[in-house]
Amino acid sequence: MCTYLTEKVSISGSGKGPSGWFRVTDASVYFDHPVHAQAEHTLNIDFLDPGAGPSARVAVELTAESARALAEAIQATLDSAPPGLVT
Amino acid sequence: MYDAMLAETVTITGHNGDEIKAYSARTLQVGPVGGVVVIHHLPGYDRQTKEFTRRFATGGLNAVMPNLYYREAPGADPDDAVAAARAAGVIPIPDERVVGDVAGAAAYLRGLSNSNGKVAVIGHCSGGRQAFLAAVSMPLDAAVDCYGGFVVGTPPEGHPLHGIPPLAERTGDLSCPLLGLFGREDVAPSPEQVAELEQALKVHGKTYEFHSYDGAGHAFLQVDRPSYRPEAAVDAWQRIWAFFGRYLLSKGALCALT
Repeated sequence: MCTYLTEKVSISGSGKGPSGWFRVTDASVYFDHPVHAQAEHTLNIDFLDPGAGPSARVAVELTAESARALAEAIQATLDSAPPGLVT
Repeated sequence: MYDAMLAETVTITGHNGDEIKAYSARTLQVGPVGGVVVIHHLPGYDRQTKEFTRRFATGGLNAVMPNLYYREAPGADPDDAVAAARAAGVIPIPDERVVGDVAGAAAYLRGLSNSNGKVAVIGHCSGGRQAFLAAVSMPLDAAVDCYGGFVVGTPPEGHPLHGIPPLAERTGDLSCPLLGLFGREDVAPSPEQVAELEQALKVHGKTYEFHSYDGAGHAFLQVDRPSYRPEAAVDAWQRIWAFFGRYLLSKGALCALT
């Protein structure tokens, strides 16, 4: 089934696409049919700069298990950063 | 069987008079032949669905697939286009817009020089629901719903389709025979939902043909997905060709290229 559900979040940073680095301002997070990953549904993230057009995108499609592992790794990494570096 | 065809991107007039791109695959037979509007799945106007579209042309029909995401991302790669549409908050595409784009695609097919005036619609996944939507919204000659979810039933709270009346409530408006192809292991539509839709078709005295496959779930026709089930897919394609042969050509002249 198509879930269509999408969480959108404003972000600040950079991503690297086929044309090189670009700033990313928005992310779409959704659990839906993937384009490439060999699974029925995946946790997908699009890192975007809508102002630069549809191709300004870095995309990942992750199994639910690996997405949870990634989320935990991100949280753990931020938590373990030396004091004062993460604001 | 004369299987020459021409496939190319064309411009058609869609909903609200908008010009959108579409992938056209046309038999080079003089005709007259029928046409098929192909509605792509959620991942978009992609290579796989273009192959799906060409298959009809190699079998002696005209086919066209409107790019439902063209407005959000003209000229973009299909996967970038669906991402742009999702980021723009238009996923799922509003039903009214889908109907307008399918109507434009149908008009394109009827306007081809080798058209016999007959047009069918086929869609898979979200396109299956939209094929049913088109068939209750405009005059057509045949419709094929490949495992379209939420034709019946209420989507869960928070789902973008929650609150939209089930399309099955409009079964009385169905303008043409319906072929339904489903997997018994699917959850949207579940076997119970397929049975509910079948009951609605019976109540309204509609012509339909349903086939549900054991060992198959959602997207069993998708050859590049782990959901592909060749046994079900081969049979389903034979059903599609027979159905279109019955309703798109007066003499059943189609050759099944399965």
